[in-house]
Amino acid sequence: MPAVSKGDGMRGLAVFISDIRNCKSKEAEIKRINKELANIRSKFKGDKALDGYSKKKYVCKLLFIFLLGHDIDFGHMEAVNLLSSNKYTEKQIGYLFISVLVNSNSELIRLINNAIKNDLASRNPTFMCLALHCIANVGSREMAEAFAGEIPRILVAGDTMDSVKQSAALCLLRLYKTSPDLVHMGEWTSRVVHLLNDQHMGVVTAAISLITCLSQKNPEEFKTCISLAVSRLSRIVSSASTDLQDYTYYFVPAPWLSVKLLRLLQCYPPPEDGAVKGRLVECLETILNKAQEPPKSKKVQHSNAKNAILFEAISLIIHYDSEPNLLVRACNQLGQFLQHRETNLRYLALESMCTLASSEFSHEAVKTHIETVINALKTERDVSVRQRAADLLYAMCDRSNAKQIVAEMLSYLETADYSIREEIVLKVAILAEKYAVDYSWYVDTILNLIRIAGDYVSEEVWYRVIQIVINRDDVQGYAAKTVFEALQAPACHENMVKVGGYILGEFGNLIAGDPRSSPLVQFNLLHSKFHLCSVPTRALLLSAYIKFINLFPETKSTIQEVLRSDSQIRNSDVELQQRAVEYLKLSSIASTDVLATVLEEMPPFPERESSILAKLKKKKGPGAVSVSELEDGKKEAGSEINGGGGAESAAAASNASTPSPSADLLGLRSGAAGIGSATGAGSLLVDVFSESGTAATASSGTDENFLSSTPSSALGSEDPAPALPESDELLHKFVCKNNGVLFENHLLQIGIKSEYRQNLGRMYLFFGNKTSMQFIGFSTTVTCPGELQSQLNIQTKPVEPLVEGGAQVQQVLNIECLSDFTEAPLLNIRFRYGGTLQNITLKLPITINKFFQPTEMASQDFFQRWKQLSQPQQEAQKIFKATHPMDSEVLKGKLLGLGTALLENVDPNPENFVCAGVIQTKALQVGCLLRLEPNAQAQMYRLTLRSSKESVSKRLCELVAEQF
Amino acid sequence: MRFMLLFSRQGKLRLQKWYTATSEREKKKMVRELMQVVLARKPKMCSFLEWRDLKIVYKRYASLYFCCAVEDQDNELITLEVIHRFVELLDKYFGSVCELDIIFNFEKAYFILDEFLMGGEIQDTSKKSVLKAIEQADLLQEVWEKIENLAKILETLALFIKQ
Repeated sequence: MPAVSKGDGMRGLAVFISDIRNCKSKEAEIKRINKELANIRSKFKGDKALDGYSKKKYVCKLLFIFLLGHDIDFGHMEAVNLLSSNKYTEKQIGYLFISVLVNSNSELIRLINNAIKNDLASRNPTFMCLALHCIANVGSREMAEAFAGEIPRILVAGDTMDSVKQSAALCLLRLYKTSPDLVHMGEWTSRVVHLLNDQHMGVVTAAISLITCLSQKNPEEFKTCISLAVSRLSRIVSSASTDLQDYTYYFVPAPWLSVKLLRLLQCYPPPEDGAVKGRLVECLETILNKAQEPPKSKKVQHSNAKNAILFEAISLIIHYDSEPNLLVRACNQLGQFLQHRETNLRYLALESMCTLASSEFSHEAVKTHIETVINALKTERDVSVRQRAADLLYAMCDRSNAKQIVAEMLSYLETADYSIREEIVLKVAILAEKYAVDYSWYVDTILNLIRIAGDYVSEEVWYRVIQIVINRDDVQGYAAKTVFEALQAPACHENMVKVGGYILGEFGNLIAGDPRSSPLVQFNLLHSKFHLCSVPTRALLLSAYIKFINLFPETKSTIQEVLRSDSQIRNSDVELQQRAVEYLKLSSIASTDVLATVLEEMPPFPERESSILAKLKKKKGPGAVSVSELEDGKKEAGSEINGGGGAESAAAASNASTPSPSADLLGLRSGAAGIGSATGAGSLLVDVFSESGTAATASSGTDENFLSSTPSSALGSEDPAPALPESDELLHKFVCKNNGVLFENHLLQIGIKSEYRQNLGRMYLFFGNKTSMQFIGFSTTVTCPGELQSQLNIQTKPVEPLVEGGAQVQQVLNIECLSDFTEAPLLNIRFRYGGTLQNITLKLPITINKFFQPTEMASQDFFQRWKQLSQPQQEAQKIFKATHPMDSEVLKGKLLGLGTALLENVDPNPENFVCAGVIQTKALQVGCLLRLEPNAQAQMYRLTLRSSKESVSKRLCELVAEQF
Repeated sequence: MRFMLLFSRQGKLRLQKWYTATSEREKKKMVRELMQVVLARKPKMCSFLEWRDLKIVYKRYASLYFCCAVEDQDNELITLEVIHRFVELLDKYFGSVCELDIIFNFEKAYFILDEFLMGGEIQDTSKKSVLKAIEQADLLQEVWEKIENLAKILETLALFIKQ
């Protein structure tokens, strides 16, 4: 029985809950529930009209049953009836039921919206609040459509009660989050911003959440909030702990509001106005000073509230990254927390310091705490804290402390929790590469990694060590010697065998002079591991053997014998059998010269983004600070490291440089690319590729080759050349991304960076002269052929006619989408190089999907809309074969790149993807829904597009179908 | 905030509030997974953990775990105090609240939470304001009952006079 029963007790409900609690078994509980459900059903169906109280009681029971985890499929109508009751508690239960158990039964939604409308108009503040709560709780598209126009009015009306204002602000926020396109602040903007000045602290607290969210999306319009926020913050920070009465929390004045104000300011750069900035810096200093004062209370709530403000202030200081004095003070403060007895503070200090480490002003100050952090890694009892310590060590690592940090992480790895081993392995591998001064240290480190945590060493890590060894001849001998020694261990990890096989196959000759590692000894050592290995590794070893035959003719007969044995040549695995047969034939037919050409040493890999880095990035998600910091580090270190590159470039490069007819048969490189796990590795490769594509800007001069042939077509002609035959393909490369290299030949590279908002876009074109001579008469023209002229408006200024050798010129295009379009605008480039006129025409990758605005919606909303767009001309569908591996992460990335919102948990089949977005053009907005159904078995997709406009559905369908 | 869960040491869910659209199936899965993670943690461990793409902030009060999932940029410590303030509100309303109060008066617990948080954001941090809103509602109920009684009396009276 309840300890307290306030307001209105419902005895029947209490009895029912007691009964359920007394059930001895799950079966008994279900039986009791079924009995109750039958009872309620009969009551609802009965002839006798139920009074409000009974209805409320039964609805409440249903709610309880639902919350126990059982399905409820009736009672909705009774709940809706309660909404129109004028008894508060009945109405309240009705709303609660609706909030928890919304059903997109359209008939019902209409009734609910009606009740809400009545309550909003009732001018009874308690009823209004209930209605607003319900809208916020459900937050569906229909509700947004019905009320998004009304709520801003309630929010800013002069006669609205404070409590209603609070609810209205947060209700609007919820609607804005679910359907941003339906909430138009426009005329209300300034009045909403001024809520920051409201007398009532509760109103300010609620309003600031709304303002922060709106500022993130429309920083320009809400800019005036900066000065208001600073003065509000300043008033709070300087107030005595009792000034704010009920808004003081354990002697801390308005902690929630302070945190939110500091959060809001992080949407903007430092204030431009000197006076405002001065005031803000003062506030931040005061907050840092207060941290040093003795606590006003021993309660943890006091210190939590105080430190919540402190951490948010430090976040703001880091965000500004412009006040060295504050940054160093922040760092010292966090340093104190590193040894605090509260685990929570240690955790947060480690986390926060991680971002501080990336600032040039505080990097050195962070480094002084290295011993404490290493100690944390060794002694913290909580794995999540240790994880933070590892992150921080990684972030604070530079050339001066790399050896120490890598050594500590390696030794930690021996006892590390399984959950974080893989990440630590990746981090060690990256640090070792990034800060390697001598490469023998690098090789030692990676081999140690494999020894200690072989299972957690992903393919990228061992690909990478091989790439680096191949690219650096000063380390090859050392590497061969070291792997040879490592392989002597009786039990060694399969990854070690892979690295060993590959490296000895390439460079075994460098250590063959020593009788202890003579060719035959090397071969026997490798072959002793053969039978314990998986198929992909065996395949790789077979390739190493054929390389051995070339390196050491004296091993030929031994190896041929191995290849000839039944276990190889009749192996049940097709791949192994084929390799054995082909290698055996190759070794017996080919002359030494042919053999030497075919089995030549691998050429160096072209420099690319580290595949390990890409993997870590994928693990962390793109927003992680440590990653962006890492990339910067990578740029600076890039010049020293000669190696690099995703494995797919290896395959491409070797195909190009070894144009031998048997190139495909050579397992070695495909072995390196992970032939056994073809699908897994394949998808990873695609991902690496697209990652580096996005990261590449023309200015950083990556050598991504979308085109290998030079356009020679229109040389000498004065007319714009027709668009290159490849230009459609180039266009499709940019459907899901905004940045990258559009075109490249031996003279010119064109890079693109672009951004879009609503129906507007801006594109930066970078023309790079790859030669050492000038381009003369360089000119570019952008044209919109035919109909496109009235659909797309592109403005630009002419570029400088002279491009120096090695120089780069930039051109900015301003784009406005007037209405939906199908064709792509053309870019014609003309210049003279050494007297010859070059004339190239490309399609500019401006496609209709660039003007998408993502729309989040719940499952029922999606399918309702889907049904609404069911006319045949509104739908476009394509069934097509997969041209890339069907990895769901890659698919997701592409669909997000498309600009739509990827809706989770909408499609009943988890394999399918559904997306929604609105195409913004000046003339109209076109809502689009997309559904992609992969069929992994058949390697096929079915793609369905629905939108209110036929041409849009069709065009999107064409564009999207090219992406998979 | 994405969601808030209250569950007992035995892994019984006592209250759940979701601030983003999530399917029932996914909810059940998340609740199960998260309870497992949190219940496995030892008392002295820190109150924050990374789970999926969310930050989890939790605290145990007697037999109940209060567990919030917040976004990456949200402040962990202040979330901890959101939990504490909610506990204080429950305590004040029920008078030294215990798990049983929340079981038997679950609807009240939801009302209090709704008054305090809306759409995952704090509506008011003042204890007085929030409780005032709840008590007003209780009061409103009583007033209505009185008015109704009065109406009945008047009716009878009118009937009596007619006779």
